[in-house]
Amino acid sequence: MELNNLMAYELLEKIKNREITIQVVIRNAFDRIEKSDKLFHSFVNLSKEKALKKAKDFDSNIQKSRKIGRLLGLPFANKDLICVKDFPTTCCSNILQGYQPPYNASVIEKIVEQEGAIHIGNTNMDEFAMGSSTETSCYGPTYNPWDLDRVPGGSSGGAAASIISNQAKIALGSDTGGSIRCPASFCGVVGLKPTYGRVSRYGLIAFANSLDQIGPITKCVYDSALMLEIISGKDPQDSTSVDIKVDKYTEEIKKSVEKKTVGIPKEFFSDGIEPQVKNSVKNAIKKLESLGVSSIEVTIPHLEYTIATYYILCMSEASSNLARYDGQRYGKMSQNLEGDVFDVFNRTRGEKFGAEVRRRIFLGTYALSAGYYDQYYIKALKVRTLIKNDFQEAYKNCDVIIGPTMPCTAFKIGELINDPIQMYTIDILTCPVNLAGLPALSIPCGFDNDELPIGFQIIGNYFDESEILNVGYQLEQELNIFRKIPSLTKGGM
Amino acid sequence: MEVHIQLTKLRTKLFCSCNSDYRDAEPNTHLCPICIGLPGTLPVINNKAIEFATKIALGLNCQINEVMYFFRKNYFYPDLPKGFQISQYNKAGGKAFADGGKVTIRLNSNKKDILLDRIHLEEDPARLVHKGSIRTSPYTLVDYNRSGIALIEIVTEPVLSSPAEAREFLNQLKLIVQYTGISDLSLEGSLRVDANISIKGHPRAEVKNINSFKEVESALIYEIMRQKNEIKKGKEIIQETRHWDGRVTIPLRTKEFEKDYRYFPEQDLVPIIITKKNIDEIRESLPEMPYERVSRLQHQYMLSEFDAENLILDKDIADFYENGVNSDPTFGPNEFKLYCNWLMNDIVGWLNENNSKIIDTKLKPHYIVDLILNIKKGTITTKMAKTMINDMMKGKTISKILEDKDKKRISNEFILEKYCKEAIEENPNIIKDFEKNPKAFEALIGRVMAKTKGQADPKITRKILRNLLH
Repeated sequence: MELNNLMAYELLEKIKNREITIQVVIRNAFDRIEKSDKLFHSFVNLSKEKALKKAKDFDSNIQKSRKIGRLLGLPFANKDLICVKDFPTTCCSNILQGYQPPYNASVIEKIVEQEGAIHIGNTNMDEFAMGSSTETSCYGPTYNPWDLDRVPGGSSGGAAASIISNQAKIALGSDTGGSIRCPASFCGVVGLKPTYGRVSRYGLIAFANSLDQIGPITKCVYDSALMLEIISGKDPQDSTSVDIKVDKYTEEIKKSVEKKTVGIPKEFFSDGIEPQVKNSVKNAIKKLESLGVSSIEVTIPHLEYTIATYYILCMSEASSNLARYDGQRYGKMSQNLEGDVFDVFNRTRGEKFGAEVRRRIFLGTYALSAGYYDQYYIKALKVRTLIKNDFQEAYKNCDVIIGPTMPCTAFKIGELINDPIQMYTIDILTCPVNLAGLPALSIPCGFDNDELPIGFQIIGNYFDESEILNVGYQLEQELNIFRKIPSLTKGGM
Repeated sequence: MEVHIQLTKLRTKLFCSCNSDYRDAEPNTHLCPICIGLPGTLPVINNKAIEFATKIALGLNCQINEVMYFFRKNYFYPDLPKGFQISQYNKAGGKAFADGGKVTIRLNSNKKDILLDRIHLEEDPARLVHKGSIRTSPYTLVDYNRSGIALIEIVTEPVLSSPAEAREFLNQLKLIVQYTGISDLSLEGSLRVDANISIKGHPRAEVKNINSFKEVESALIYEIMRQKNEIKKGKEIIQETRHWDGRVTIPLRTKEFEKDYRYFPEQDLVPIIITKKNIDEIRESLPEMPYERVSRLQHQYMLSEFDAENLILDKDIADFYENGVNSDPTFGPNEFKLYCNWLMNDIVGWLNENNSKIIDTKLKPHYIVDLILNIKKGTITTKMAKTMINDMMKGKTISKILEDKDKKRISNEFILEKYCKEAIEENPNIIKDFEKNPKAFEALIGRVMAKTKGQADPKITRKILRNLLH
C-alpha cells in the first residue's frame, strides 16, 4: 500500500476502517526517518520505543473502544519547544540539554493524550525559535527536501521538512513572526498561525509571549482544519486564551467562496518581492477570481515600520523570557564554577546560548533599559497599535487579506546567516500578522524556476480561522498541486 | 518604608494552586512547574488575592485602580526562578494596585498621619537558607515553598521622622491587617520591612531584611547612628543597599542590586478589572477598622478615648469586650467601665504573665459579667474576686467557684459538734481566757475552721460553740 502520499485524513480513514494497522503506520514512519533524516535532519530527538508500544496498544484496543480518537494512530512531529512530559524538550539550545519537562503542554494533552496522535519525536528549529532558516539550532541545520543546499525556512524548519518528506503526517509549530508560515512556504506545505488567544500557549516555551502562537503544519488544508478544531479553545491554564466558540472548521472549509472579497495590500507587492513569487501569487489570485471571488486593493500604510517594531518587541520580551536559563535548576551549567553565583550565571549564559540568542537578549535588554524604554519599547507598542488599526481599516472592505507569505523562495544555507538585518527583513510579510494578533494561513501556490515552492498567505480577521481555511481549501483544490512532493522523497525511502 | 506582608490567609499561591501553608512543610514540597518557573508555564491569577488586596487597600483608605496590569521586574538572583518577579509598577504605563492612603499614629499624645504612596500585589521569591550568617555560610540552599506566595507591598511617603514613629506606624498597620483578616502576622517571615534612611541633606541608604517588628526600631537606630558618625568623620554617605543582620547593617555588593529592573508589562496575564461594584461588595464585607471602632466604642459605651484605644489594640480583646457587655441588658455606663477595667487590667495582665492569647483560654465574655454582678450583690469582695481570676481563666465562673465551696461545706451539726468539742479540749488556754476576752471566741471558731480546712459552716459552728460553752 502506498502510504506516503496520503493526506493525514486519508490515512486516518484507513486506520479507522482497519485497512492498515497503526503499528505498520508508525513503523513505516520510523523507517522513512531512518533512511531520510540523514539527508534532511528534521528531527532532533526520536521517541521510537514509546511510539511503537503505543501503536501496539492502540491496535489491540481499537476493536474494543467505542470512541476513537480524532487523530488516532497518526505519526505526529512536535516542535522542540512544546513540552512533552518526560521527553527531552530543548528549544534546540545547549542551555536546555538534558531537560525533560515534568508536564505536557495543553496542546499535547489534546492531540496525543485525548485524540490518539502518536508522538514520534521532536523537530529541529532555530534556537529558541529565533531565526528564519533553522540554521541557529545547536544540533545543526535542517536541509530543505526540495534542494538540500537550501534552508527549509524557520524557525519550524524541521516540522515543515518532516511533513513534506512524509516522515510525519501532522506536525505542530509555533509562530512568533512567521515561524510556521515561512517554513511552510519554503517547503511547500500548509502552515497555520491561529489568532493570538485561539490556542493555549501553556507548555509552549516562550520566545516572545505577546506574539507566540502554536499552530499546525500539514500537507493539506483539510488536515490543518482538523488539527485546529482539536487544539483551539479556552484553557484555564492560559489567561490569554479566549473563550470564543470553536467552529467546525472541517465543514466550514467546504463552503463556496463565491462573492467573497479578498483584499490585496499594495505594499505586499513592492519591489522587495521576487518577481517569480509575485507572478505565482497573482496567478493564484486569478484562480480565486475564477471561483467567484472579487479582489480589491487595500493598504497597510505602516508596513514599512513592521520589521523595526517587531524586532524591538520580540527581543525585549525574549530578554525577559530567557532570563530563567541560568543553569541553577535544569539544563546545563558552565563547568567553570569560579567566582560567585552571578559569575556562574553569566558564564553559563555566555557559553550555552548561541550567537543569535545572545544578540537578541542584548538588544532586548538595551531596549528595556532606563532611558531607552520610552524611545524603543513604548514607541514600538504604539506602532503596533497603528498596524492593528491598519488591518482593521482594511477589513472594512474585504473578508480576508492575501499576498505572498515570503518575499522569496528558499535561500541557500549560509547565504544570510551572517547578515542578520537581511535575515530579519524577509519576515516583512509575516510579522505584521503577529503584531496585529491575526490568524494567517500559508499554502503552496506554485514553484519557481528552480522547482522551489512558493507560499500564498491568507490573513483573516480575529478568530476568523473559518474564513481563511475556507479560502485556502478552495484555492488548494483549484490549484491541485498539494500532492506534489520533492523527488528526493519519492518511492520507498 | 516598604512593608511586605504575605497574605497568609490565602489557601493557595498567587499564580498557581500550590498550598500556601508552607511553614511546617519539608523544603521544596509545596511547588509545581508554575511556581518554580519551568519553561512553558504561565501564571493564572488567584482571584482571592485580588479580593484580599482590595480589603487592605480599603482598610488603609487607598484609592483602588479599577484597571491594572502586572509588570515584570527583571533581575537575576538565586531566589528568583524566572529571572523576574511578577509585580506591579506605577510608572511606564503601569498602575499600582492602589494609590495613596494613610495610617494615623499617636505618639506622646500627638497624632500624625503617615501617608502612603502605593500598594502593590506581587509574588514572593523563594527562601534562601544559610548556615549561620549570610556572609560566612559555606553554602546557600533554596527552598521554593515560598516561591509564588502572594505578597502585598505597602510603600510610605518619606514622612517618618524617627525610629519610634516607624515602630508605631507598624503597630497600627499590623492592627489594620489583623482587622481585615488577610494575614496572620505572628507567623515567622510574614512581614518584612525595607527602610530607606537618610540624614537631611545627604543621600539615603536602603536597609533590607528587617524581619520583625521588634527589629525595625533597633535597625533604624543603628543605621541613623552609623550615618551620623560617617558624616561626623567628614565622609560621604553612599547610596547603597545594606543588609540588617540582627545587630548591624552591612553593605551588599552593589552588583547584586543594580537598580535598573527593566520593568515592562507581564503579558501572560490579562489586565485586572475591579469594578466599583466589586469594591463596594468587598467594602460591605469588611469589618469595622480599628480607627472607626475607637470612636464607636467611645460613644456606644461612654468609654474614654484612652480606654477605647487600648481595647482595640487587639481585635480579639475588643470583640470579647463587646460580646461581654452586650450579654447583660442591665449593664449601663458604670458596668461598661468596670468591665473594661477588669478586662484590660486583670485579664490582660494574666494573659501577659502567662504569655497567652484570650482566644486560647477558656475564659468566656459572660464570666466577667458574672464577676461584676457578684461583687455588686456583695457575695464577694473585689479583693476576693482578684484571687479568683486564675480559676476563671481555666473555665470557671465566680458563681461556680462559690457554688463548689458551698457543696463542700460541713453543716451537719453532729459532725461539727465533734470538731468543736475537740477544739475546746485541745485549747484550754483559750477557754480560760474566754470569760475576760470576747476575741477568744472568734479564735476558737478559727481553730474549728483550721481543723475542717475552712469547710465548716461558720454560722452553725458559732451556734454549737455557744451552746457548748454555756
